[in-house]
Amino acid sequence: MKRKLFVGTLAVVLPLAISGVLLLHPTRARSEDKSSATEVRIDNFNFGPETLTVPTNSTVNWVNKDDVPHVIASNDSLFKSKALDTDEKYSFTFTKAGTYPYYCSVHPKMVGKIVVQ
Amino acid sequence: MEKKKLFDPNPSGLIEHDHNKDGIDRRGFLKCMAWAGTGALCVMGGGVLKSYGLGSQTGSEMKSHKMGHLSFVQISDSHMGFNKPANPDVIATLKAAVDKINALPEQPEFILHTGDISHLSKPSEFDNVDQILKATNKEIFFVPGEHDVLNDDGAMFRERYGKNSKGQGWYSFDKNGVHFIGLVNVMNLKAGGLGTLGNEQLEWLEADVKHLKRSTPIVVFAHIPLWSVYPQWGWGTDDSAQALSYLKKFGSVAVLNGHIHQTMQKVEGNVTFHTAFSTAFPQPAPGAPEGPGPLKVPAEHLRSVLGITDVNYVQGRHALGLVDAPLV
Repeated sequence: MKRKLFVGTLAVVLPLAISGVLLLHPTRARSEDKSSATEVRIDNFNFGPETLTVPTNSTVNWVNKDDVPHVIASNDSLFKSKALDTDEKYSFTFTKAGTYPYYCSVHPKMVGKIVVQ
Repeated sequence: MEKKKLFDPNPSGLIEHDHNKDGIDRRGFLKCMAWAGTGALCVMGGGVLKSYGLGSQTGSEMKSHKMGHLSFVQISDSHMGFNKPANPDVIATLKAAVDKINALPEQPEFILHTGDISHLSKPSEFDNVDQILKATNKEIFFVPGEHDVLNDDGAMFRERYGKNSKGQGWYSFDKNGVHFIGLVNVMNLKAGGLGTLGNEQLEWLEADVKHLKRSTPIVVFAHIPLWSVYPQWGWGTDDSAQALSYLKKFGSVAVLNGHIHQTMQKVEGNVTFHTAFSTAFPQPAPGAPEGPGPLKVPAEHLRSVLGITDVNYVQGRHALGLVDAPLV
């Protein structure tokens, strides 16, 4: 019963939602199609996932879930955040394919990697 | 003085060969763990470390040291601005540390703060600490922690606390025949690495101690431990061995650090390494499964795992007495 209702609702809502998004934000809708998970969670002094693979032109969002501040810094100085307190976020858009290693410049044992394809 | 063992600070990962199940590694270095909640006194002389519990021989031992005495206090890791469950009121605990200092029977001549004054390098956080520490009426020497240099490579820190310092904030001074060296190992950290001193600072250090007599007692203070406490969590300094090689000729060297929010000691030759309590929140023992973040202990136990370090040096004895005193 619940499942039927859900499918039924989807059938009505989904085309409406898609057409709405396409009408209002045609470019954004296209880029969102390419990339799904673009969030890196900082939790207990770890980047999760440690390696994140995204298509070009993806915006990666880091969110700090720790009780201490962290700073996102790429190894080659391409990007660097301000200190992120608990629940604060930082975003960077990757326009070129490549591998981008980064670390926390406050706790340099914390390392991660963005692979842009 | 609360004597109950409220919280086990023994970093079990450090004792590798404990054949007698007594917490002492006889094949490795003697590691004197100062028990949180009791306080311990460690006196170093000629490489021999003796430790006493507070309230036993400590009183008479300290009184006999009055002649040619230098007394100072180390505080660390105030983390002003931190407001998470591990300690929602770091102002109150820093004030308690000030009360503790002001109540010491022998008043220290000055205070060393081994960094993480602030939590987020904000001017208001530094202002609050300055205001609270004023009540000690003592000269205070600071070195930065990584939390003090978050967004400006330490410019604000040096403007406030390092006007007479060299490079990124290092300096030295002399008190009562003891040579004090404040080092900075929280900047220019490299991906995957530990704390870093860097070549410029190492060269300065070598020159700074070159002309000192071998009998000059040395006290080095810096934020991140200058010994390898637990590299997996970044609790060490990549080029500390180089720094320590310049200090080998001295008969008595004490290295005072913070960063790990728990007391720990190690003796290696004529060098005593010591880490201090935080005044804000404790952190887990090295390698603990919960990771290195702030450790929440029951509220009524918090002040037994925070504290100050009272340091006494006796001229002629080449001995430095370190007392870790919890806030309660």
